[in-house]
Amino acid sequence: MRLPPFQTLLDAHGTDVHRFLIATVGRGDADDCYQETWLAALRAYPDLRDDANLRGWLFTIAHRKAIDLVRGRRRRPTPVAEPETLVGAAVAAAAIAPAAGADSSSLGDRDGDLWGAVGALPDKQRTAVALRFIADSAYAEIARAMDTSEEAARRNVHEGLKRLRREHPR
Amino acid sequence: MTAADHDDELREVAELLRRAPLRAASPPPSIAEAAAAAGLLDVAYATLDSPVGRLLLARTEVGLVRLAYVDGGADEAVLADIAARVSPRLLAAPRSLDEPRRELDEYFAGRRRDFEVTLDMRLMTAFTRRVLTATAAIPYGEVSTYREVAVRAGSPRGSRAAGNALGANPLPIIVPCHRVLHSGGGLGGYTGGLERKRTLLAIERGQLTLPGGDRG
Repeated sequence: MRLPPFQTLLDAHGTDVHRFLIATVGRGDADDCYQETWLAALRAYPDLRDDANLRGWLFTIAHRKAIDLVRGRRRRPTPVAEPETLVGAAVAAAAIAPAAGADSSSLGDRDGDLWGAVGALPDKQRTAVALRFIADSAYAEIARAMDTSEEAARRNVHEGLKRLRREHPR
Repeated sequence: MTAADHDDELREVAELLRRAPLRAASPPPSIAEAAAAAGLLDVAYATLDSPVGRLLLARTEVGLVRLAYVDGGADEAVLADIAARVSPRLLAAPRSLDEPRRELDEYFAGRRRDFEVTLDMRLMTAFTRRVLTATAAIPYGEVSTYREVAVRAGSPRGSRAAGNALGANPLPIIVPCHRVLHSGGGLGGYTGGLERKRTLLAIERGQLTLPGGDRG
């Protein structure tokens, strides 16, 4: 099969994959996760048999790398709190803290607070909301990336939004 | 509160997420170096501005595999062709092309007569390779003819075929097909157009003063 030059994928989707990872694993780990995502994609690329939805394929890989990272964090000894909450809080803190040398306004304002709250959502809701509002994925694509039913994808987005509204009142 | 109100409020949150997209504080990191270190970068490419227009250079692990004239946005077609014929694992990696870019800069400035960069000849058929090997033997500043090149490539009557092989040169400038002219003295053809052929020949005759040509 004639696949497009890999650079065209990077040009078309690199920025969004990066933003997706900032939202799901936080700024501190996003760059490492980003590199791992693209190296995994590059490794698998020549054997790809279907190039109909390369964007969906890339976000599926990014999602898996994000999950690996979050699971890795959970395996570290944690003295307090229920894992879900702890990881959520860690992600939120990392998401809100601007990267070194960053424009401090970039996440310190109200918009940043909202995305910080996205970072604090439970795993499935956080991923589903990020896929929906950063990758601009259809529910069918979210379902494929997260290996769930379309109905579950819809519910994860919905529950995520509900929680955001509750915890981020206007 | 009705279900509709409820949905409206969720829609507001959704709108807020859309209107205030998450911004990265810095651009994503480059992956070219990590890809090369992991042995996953099959083709690295870069572009270069030159007196004969914008050039695209691509290299494999073996060596320089392609040089193309890409004025007017021809990059995409050239890259698609390389992806199909060499490998789709292809990334912009300017630093991997530093050596050939430097040699070309020196050549255009009139400070280099021979290229040292290693070549990957996989995009040449066996016949093209013979013709281009004969072409590569024509010294800087000199010219030859299609007939002579055909003879040296082992096909004395194949000057037309030799012309076609030269037209298929995947590494113009470096493999100097611009030094091959018609026996009658006519310019013949050129993969990048005759204007470029004239310019390259003028550079080699020292007839062209280029901006920055006297630097170093």
